[in-house]
Amino acid sequence: MNPILPFELGFAGLFFIILVIYALVIRKRPDRPLREIPAFARLGRSVGLAVEAGKRLHISLGYGGVNDVPGASGLVGLTMLQRIARAASISDKPPIATSGEGTLGILSQDTLHSAYQAIRSESLFDPMYGQISGLTPFSYAAGTLPVIFDQQVSTTVLAGHFGSEVALIVDANERVGSHTLAGSDNLEAQAVLYASAQDPLIGEELYAGGAYLNAGLMHQASLRAQDAMRWVVILGILLGSMLKLFGVIK
Amino acid sequence: MNRLRTSLSVALVIAIGLIVLAGYFLENPMLNTLQTVFLHWAAILASVALIVGVFNLLNVHIRKINTGQKGSLYSLILILSLIVTILVAGFLGPTSEWSLWIFNNIQLPVETSLLAVLAVVLAVASARLLGRRFNAFTLVFVLTVLVVLAGSISLSFLDLSAMAAIRSWFERVPATAGVRGILLGVALGTVATGFRLLLGSDRPYGG
Repeated sequence: MNPILPFELGFAGLFFIILVIYALVIRKRPDRPLREIPAFARLGRSVGLAVEAGKRLHISLGYGGVNDVPGASGLVGLTMLQRIARAASISDKPPIATSGEGTLGILSQDTLHSAYQAIRSESLFDPMYGQISGLTPFSYAAGTLPVIFDQQVSTTVLAGHFGSEVALIVDANERVGSHTLAGSDNLEAQAVLYASAQDPLIGEELYAGGAYLNAGLMHQASLRAQDAMRWVVILGILLGSMLKLFGVIK
Repeated sequence: MNRLRTSLSVALVIAIGLIVLAGYFLENPMLNTLQTVFLHWAAILASVALIVGVFNLLNVHIRKINTGQKGSLYSLILILSLIVTILVAGFLGPTSEWSLWIFNNIQLPVETSLLAVLAVVLAVASARLLGRRFNAFTLVFVLTVLVVLAGSISLSFLDLSAMAAIRSWFERVPATAGVRGILLGVALGTVATGFRLLLGSDRPYGG
């Protein structure tokens, strides 16, 4: 048996219990405010302005396959896509999603379809609003540029797995004067986004997207559980360091 | 009907997700066999999704040509290149002389050019950063970039060994500490996303 298996199970079990406790607490007191992330407040304003000005919103989901670890960031992007599609449903120009991977492309179309279905506006749905713009990192970036240049995009949300080539997409947004909110699970992309994007999301901030866009109780609960588990990890690291320092563990 | 379909999808996702997850933690022959089967199915579905993705790409560009949108010529070039590449790689094999010629003489130079453009874009973005967000974090970021660059170059007329030592320290101590902190945050976010999927709260498959 894997010697660290009990720790893995314990960690997952504790995370799950905290998540359920927070879900129950939030159900009773739903109006407890979240810690402020200015990027998401600005995104809300940008969505409103885009709808008013008849401009398009663009959500770039990256190229992380959903059957792999980077897929989690793409799933967060899909949640954000759903919330933005609902918020912008009265716009003349429905949001457009681009992705660089087959499953993400299909899921983006499905997400848009279900978002419009939920607000009884199925006529707004066009499969072309969930595009696959390229299937390698650079072809994805190159294929996304025409969407930004030609579709009157006023706000771009980049949420998913990217590499350093994401700078090309952010630069295109800068040129057309579009607002950019961007986050990725990849460290290289995070460094590039910190330098280039107007509103970069660092580390776990990306995973808070659903909670800040009111995607539901579980998103808020999971965000608070993440914060609580971070303290557990910090205490674990400190405890491990102390035990190592005093020679209890080798 | 829609509600029934959604409930069925959620039940399937939760059941299969739990079986695959349990397969990682428990050693049970039946569970492990089921886990392997589901993972193989996922790989097959991802491959089919890739083909669907290629058709989506084609569809987007065919529509662009039909509606006479800006950049239709590029769309035509993309479609022709796609057809030629599929024919060459399909009939002659992906490692044939002609397939490798396409890769070495078209794809590689194009991607290298984009990499060169990327270097310029990043340099401009770093310079722009100071004007856009001038704060302590930005200063640390820019100073770190400069130290790492200075520690990486070699000049025949200047001894930069001290900078190389500082760069090495930066990489080993503060950068590693920061990277671990960020990675822990990303890992926690990934686990939380997994739990939401398993609980049926996140349903990107519709519903």
